[in-house]
Amino acid sequence: MSDAVLTVKGLNVRFRQDGAETHAVRDVGFHVNKGETVAIVGESGSGKSVTALSTVDLLPGSAHVDGSITYLDQQMVGASEKLLRKVRGNDISFIFQEPMTSLNPLHTLERQLSESLELHQGLTGDKARKRILELLHEVGINDPESRLGAYPHQLSGGQRQRVMIAMALANGPHLLIADEPTTALDVTIQAQILELLAALKTREQLSMLFITHDLTIVRKIADRVCVMKDGEIVETGPTAEIFDAPKHAYTKMLLEAESTGRPNPVPEGAQTVAETDKLKIWFPIQTGLLKRTTGYVKAVNAATLSVRQGETVGIVGESGSGKTTLALAIMRLIASEGPIVFMGRDIQGLKGRAMRPLRADMQIVFQDPFGSLSPRMTVEEIIAEGLTIHSSGSRDERRAQVAEIMAEVGLDPGTMDRYPHEFSGGQRQRIAIARAMILRPKLVVLDEPTSALDMTVQVQIVELLRALQSKYGLAYLFISHDLKVVRALSHKVMVMKQGDVVEAGDADAIFDAPQTDYTRALMAAAFDVRATDHAQT
Amino acid sequence: MSHLDQPAPGRGPTEPAIETPPPHPGGGGHDAPPPVTPTRRRPFLSPLNQRRWRNFRRNRRAFWSLIIFGVLFGLTLFAEFLANDKPILVGYNGEIYAPIMRFYSETEFGGDFRTEAVYSDIEVQCLIRSGGLEDCFDDPEAIIEAGTVAEGAQAGWLLWPPIPYSFDTINDIQGAAPSAPNSDHWLGTDDTARDVLARVIYGFRLSILFTIVVTILTSVIGIIAGAVQGFFGGWTDLIFQRVIEIWTSTPSLYVIIILFAILGRSFWLLVFVTVLFGWPALVGIVRAEFLRARNFEYVRAARALGVSNWTIMFRHMLPNAMVATVTMLPFIITGTISTLASLDFLGFGLPSSAPSLGELTLQAKQNLQAPWLGFTAFFTFAIMLSLLVFIFEGIRDAFDPRKTFQ
Repeated sequence: MSDAVLTVKGLNVRFRQDGAETHAVRDVGFHVNKGETVAIVGESGSGKSVTALSTVDLLPGSAHVDGSITYLDQQMVGASEKLLRKVRGNDISFIFQEPMTSLNPLHTLERQLSESLELHQGLTGDKARKRILELLHEVGINDPESRLGAYPHQLSGGQRQRVMIAMALANGPHLLIADEPTTALDVTIQAQILELLAALKTREQLSMLFITHDLTIVRKIADRVCVMKDGEIVETGPTAEIFDAPKHAYTKMLLEAESTGRPNPVPEGAQTVAETDKLKIWFPIQTGLLKRTTGYVKAVNAATLSVRQGETVGIVGESGSGKTTLALAIMRLIASEGPIVFMGRDIQGLKGRAMRPLRADMQIVFQDPFGSLSPRMTVEEIIAEGLTIHSSGSRDERRAQVAEIMAEVGLDPGTMDRYPHEFSGGQRQRIAIARAMILRPKLVVLDEPTSALDMTVQVQIVELLRALQSKYGLAYLFISHDLKVVRALSHKVMVMKQGDVVEAGDADAIFDAPQTDYTRALMAAAFDVRATDHAQT
Repeated sequence: MSHLDQPAPGRGPTEPAIETPPPHPGGGGHDAPPPVTPTRRRPFLSPLNQRRWRNFRRNRRAFWSLIIFGVLFGLTLFAEFLANDKPILVGYNGEIYAPIMRFYSETEFGGDFRTEAVYSDIEVQCLIRSGGLEDCFDDPEAIIEAGTVAEGAQAGWLLWPPIPYSFDTINDIQGAAPSAPNSDHWLGTDDTARDVLARVIYGFRLSILFTIVVTILTSVIGIIAGAVQGFFGGWTDLIFQRVIEIWTSTPSLYVIIILFAILGRSFWLLVFVTVLFGWPALVGIVRAEFLRARNFEYVRAARALGVSNWTIMFRHMLPNAMVATVTMLPFIITGTISTLASLDFLGFGLPSSAPSLGELTLQAKQNLQAPWLGFTAFFTFAIMLSLLVFIFEGIRDAFDPRKTFQ
């Protein structure tokens, strides 16, 4: 393997803390050839990011690395800080997941990019500016001259990720390490970024190490795949081979993990639980000393929907389309205009105290299972919170109820006195669902409940939600950008774009025959599983 | 870098996550036997606090500082039994008296006065030892020497504290005050012939107690004010912030001087005034933490459950804002100690009879010929503040989730 850019052999990474040792990466070996894209696939916690970061020693101090990592005959494990600095950003570049936090919010684009150019190539002034324009042009930013003075917050998520890629390419690296570069982006933007990466790879003869949990992406972009599980590589091989004939059981499981099936039919004569008529949510923009309203941010324009018992309405759209805002307005957590009828009663304009009894009937499950559970409360306290407000009963009775609901959502009731950080992402989402379900609500808003989870866990959560729905006749408002999950769970679908409802109707009708271009574009991005031409080159 | 697959402390499973085999979803419920409710087991410290305690203990310097400080403070809490001009116990005619706890007049020991017995007087000591012999008023030394006992009485005894002077005992020393350290007065006496060691012991206790009271009060007020501002935001925040700006720019020293001139000096008035001007210290930090946390999803989830504002503030948000608050506390504590000392030094602090370290420093300045005063004041402050700083350094590190201990 003379043309290997990066070779990893027998890599072990351990984290030591409080005397306990976590073996994050076990005996991992792989190589990346020149001009080749290798994908590392695995679920969260499988050690894929740790493997990537260890290549140029970016791990925190508590990590102990042994094994061998060679970049073009240079040993990187135990290398001097000077050598590492030379390699980092110059020969090996990184793209991270979150473009907002990877860019310094106080620097303009020009400054972000010129920093590394000056550091590694000594370019300043006009030369640097010329190179920056060239790079921005290369990563597909329109009219780069006018964008040089822009700050990160003035760019969209996709543009920010393009800038990140430009930064990574600035010094003509040989190896690009992309750590979940598209996970935080909308599906249509995701497709654009992947195309850009593939094009750059062929143009610049780049090698790429691509880390992701999303198999759809791997199929589109990778030449070879390493499947990681619990810190070990369980299977490795060319992309087509892995996808067509997976050998390891875990790979098979990953490939099969896809939310399938259809929702259970709505029972006959189901009552309407919630209804809105031309609901409008405009945030006023106030300027000047007297706070005169000069304009509005139109978050949602005229949204009309109704949801019955045992029915799921899926709200689909890209980020910024107003789906979450709409759901929060229906729950009366933010102000809106227009009637909201809940259980036959207009709740628009009800005061906090009058709303409180109704809160028991409407619940919400959030996207981020890490952020939605208070880290300082035990699971029992979290789940029982609603009971303490909405019903009486002794502490022991409440504990019995908590135990019952925990068993129902598939958690061990014996763990109720533990704290959220001791649970995995999927278990935390089950806790959040238990918290919402314990009051036996009529309406549950599910705000991207599966987006932060691994595929295999996603499937379980979807099945759980479906079972709970048919058992209790729950009405769901299901918000997601993931059309596969929406399809598996929704009876009706509403497609939103920049605050407007572009299409609404029965799920089957919309999925089978989308009427608008926007919906078609979303479908294409989500269901286009087949590998594109890039993967074979 | 936002998503590392490494076990980030507090988030990652340092112990493996509890794997429950996902049963058929939605199962359990009614067809399965009712789930067993585990009995409540709540350790004294939550696992997080256990980890913090372990981390704190690994910092040897902080841990030993805590022990030394605890011993010193624990001893000074019983200062009356350490340094006092009354004996701890007195045996008189077969009965036991405890002068520190109770009032006994001299007549109870066979004396003439109905005022409290002055136990340091040789006559009173003679009366007690001899069981109330009349001759004690003539030649007490000889009677004590001879060990004579009154008829029908038992020999008495006195159990003295290690330092037989209280902070306000004016001693009969030969020569001019302040007098240098000797075997009677280990750290010498001050300019009114009071024992310096006794004053240091009482002064240490007074400083620490003053600081504890002031810190608790300022923290409670500051946290509530900051929480209200951060939680409600908007106009509440805006108006409150301006009020605080005006308030903190008030020259507090002049207010203290004026108030003391009108109302007279006292401990509780000083506490009141210090709290009055000290509470804005924590507001900024708590406010910032609440502004950050009020848009977190768990707060939104609580609101969706219909939880009231106060419960959200103090049950959900405050525990998560406590780390920043705890890191700020050391500055308040050391600041309060020096505030008290400097007020005393300037002569605007506690009443002049109170055992004050600041007043000792002032005396040291006025009596440069008596260096033991200056050295005592310096070392007392240096040791007290160093111990506190070491302890809080350890606490801060123990609360730091990124700090790892092997």
